[in-house]
Amino acid sequence: MKNKLMPFTFKYGALIFIGLVILFFSMKSEYFFTYSNLTDILRSISIVTFVAIGVTISLTVDGFDLSVGATVSLSTVVTATLMVWYEMPLAVVLIVPIVVGALVGLLNALLIVKIRIPDLLATLAVMYIVGGIHKTYTKGYSIYSNMPLQDGTTAPGVMNKDFLWIGQGKLLGVPFPVILMLLAVIGAHIFFKYTRWGRQMIMTGGNEEAARLSGLKVKRVRTLAYVASGVFASIGGILFASRIGSGQIDAGAPMLMESVAAVFVGYSVFAAGRPNIIGTFFGAVLMGVLVNGMTMMNVQYYTTDIIKGGVLVLALAITFIHLNRRKA
Amino acid sequence: MTAILKTSELNMRSISKSFAGVPALKNVDFNVRSGEIHALLGANGAGKSTLMKILSGAFETDTGSIEVESGSYTFNSPSDSKRAGIHCVYQEVDTSLVAHLSVSENIFLDKLAASKGKAWLKWGSLHEEAKAVLSQIGLTISPRALVRDLTLSEKQLVLIARLLAEKAKFVILDEPTAPLSIEETHKLFGIMKGLKKSGIGVIFITHRLPEVFDVCDRITVMRDGERVLTEEKQNMDAAGVVRAMLGRSFEEEFPKLAAVIGEPVLTVKGLEAGRRVRGVDMVVRRGEIVAIVGLVGAGKTELSRVLFGADPADRGTVEVAGKPAKLNSPSDAVQSGIALIPEERRKEGILVKESVLHNLSLPILKSISRLGFLSGKLERELANNQIANLGIKTSSISQLTAFLSGGNQQKVAIGKWLGTEADVFLFDEPTKGVDVGAKSDIFRIIGKLAQEGKGIVYLTCELAEALGLADRILIMCDGRIVKSFNRGEASQEDLLYYASAGREEFV
Repeated sequence: MKNKLMPFTFKYGALIFIGLVILFFSMKSEYFFTYSNLTDILRSISIVTFVAIGVTISLTVDGFDLSVGATVSLSTVVTATLMVWYEMPLAVVLIVPIVVGALVGLLNALLIVKIRIPDLLATLAVMYIVGGIHKTYTKGYSIYSNMPLQDGTTAPGVMNKDFLWIGQGKLLGVPFPVILMLLAVIGAHIFFKYTRWGRQMIMTGGNEEAARLSGLKVKRVRTLAYVASGVFASIGGILFASRIGSGQIDAGAPMLMESVAAVFVGYSVFAAGRPNIIGTFFGAVLMGVLVNGMTMMNVQYYTTDIIKGGVLVLALAITFIHLNRRKA
Repeated sequence: MTAILKTSELNMRSISKSFAGVPALKNVDFNVRSGEIHALLGANGAGKSTLMKILSGAFETDTGSIEVESGSYTFNSPSDSKRAGIHCVYQEVDTSLVAHLSVSENIFLDKLAASKGKAWLKWGSLHEEAKAVLSQIGLTISPRALVRDLTLSEKQLVLIARLLAEKAKFVILDEPTAPLSIEETHKLFGIMKGLKKSGIGVIFITHRLPEVFDVCDRITVMRDGERVLTEEKQNMDAAGVVRAMLGRSFEEEFPKLAAVIGEPVLTVKGLEAGRRVRGVDMVVRRGEIVAIVGLVGAGKTELSRVLFGADPADRGTVEVAGKPAKLNSPSDAVQSGIALIPEERRKEGILVKESVLHNLSLPILKSISRLGFLSGKLERELANNQIANLGIKTSSISQLTAFLSGGNQQKVAIGKWLGTEADVFLFDEPTKGVDVGAKSDIFRIIGKLAQEGKGIVYLTCELAEALGLADRILIMCDGRIVKSFNRGEASQEDLLYYASAGREEFV
């Protein structure tokens, strides 16, 4: 009995837990389990999910990218200034931040893959640098339509209407960011499950030397992973700008912990024990549900961090107890 | 019997030790007198290092006892054995030294680290004392020098200085000469003789027979976990020692498949890389199995890694099937048609946390995908083929390779290359940690590859395997190919002689 129960708990425990949490909030508040609230939850996690997909990719190649939060901030203000300061067309507004994110990823890869600084230290330093860049660039001001400039004039541009629709609009009654998020989750899942490059990343993360000795170009694979991480973070930043309708300073700072939490909760989904996209998505959902539900119950905003942290510890404990037992 | 004068003795009595039910030592008695240099010899896996690890307290013995100067001990930790006056200088000197500390601090490391030690250091007197110990062994380096700036041989000597400072009575030197040049070796021998004179018993482990007859007083030979003999040096000769190390009934059946030998498929000229590969020339033909034998540290693994592009070559050219091969990375080597089955199977040969399926398809991901999308059907088909072909015993295709036996893991490590167009297969110690049944399977797989016209390079320190399997045997010693035998030309004694004699025999 016990032998069967334990693996079952590990495999479905996380999903059952999410179910129980949803059930709990539904009973506490009649507004919780409604279409508008549930889509609201999904919309609220869409940005974090993008960032978390990037983190999942870097963790898959056995790396870690701490700079994603700073990249979100940079991308947000770049997006906003392109419209407000420079009145650029929509295509430029979307492409430039993504290029910037890719460049941050390349810088990470240069430090980690080429110069061989340990990933945590390298991306910590890059986080610092990128954080400094985005504040220097905006001189510490948040960016909004026709904002006053330092020379006394006002900025020429406004936040583009079409652009704002990306973060705020709806398609067939579903918030557009949710559609984007689901497409990204499905796409990334297919990438890892069914494509050669995804497999190469998984194998590189499994054992870099063995993968190298099997003929994989592991340096290229790891570089691509960090670039992808930067790109997903920058998409998160674009969504953030269009959602808020302005370019907030330090917008991405809380994103790092939230996305990392989602990824690690994801380890325990289906007892994967390793970074995986579906798990990451459910991790983000759980975090979103918790915040939403607790807000409805008037739990103080900062208290939710304690709960979220507790859930993360729980998920990690279950995962690693399971992994260590499997080893023994 | 002869040495009851004032000398003391170290006795290990009926020591047995098993690992996971496999006996590594069977009732071994071992005796060392103070003031002698005692050679401990044996082929790889004979049990020398296990015995020494028990003596130095790294392993616990299952049965038996250790007596030093009529006191009986059980050593549960290295500090126990140090307290009894037994010290060990391991081959990996860097693991015993703190690189960023000075020579003095390293010499008195145990004293400084002791919890009962003084709270304040007197640097002046520390360096003075260190200097005294260093001069005892004739080493002229400054006690203030940092250990990381020393050469390997100097580091060894610092370790010897340390055990002098600790007033060691018995000293284990585990293959100290393997990485040394001839000059450095002679210097070390001088120091060993000094230790002997001051009444220390030295246990000297080596693979090089001439050295044994140079410096040792007595010789103990081990084989298959048992002590075969202990003799005074004068009563022995090199041939006798080799015979004792190999044993008599060592013949084993090898399935040797007949293969047509064709044109050269691998041509290596003047290959050099670092200190371990120092000018290798060789030609391997289609259908030919060429064994490269050599002792541990001869440079075989390094050679295989350079040929596969895993480590950079300094000099030399490699041609595969008549075309020059670019070997900047393993992926280049695979492109050129070279496959490597590395020695460290679990770390390098397979990914233990991945399934059999994913391991087998790893090198051929490109050929089983279209537009980047993997064909799951093709992947499974190919994997099932290999599993059937090679007789890989696994509960399912998605089983993690960590749960396979050593032999089946090795088959996966081989099988993953069979779908590539490789012309040359490099096998580095493929039978290490593999049971007898799987061994002959692996020999058969290698024979079949040769029949298909592949060129096989088989690097091993198992002489019997080389004799049984190879069409040609090259002997590697200190990074060079020193001798070549055709099939049937050589005996185990010949191989061991050339592999352990070193290059000074050929001048």
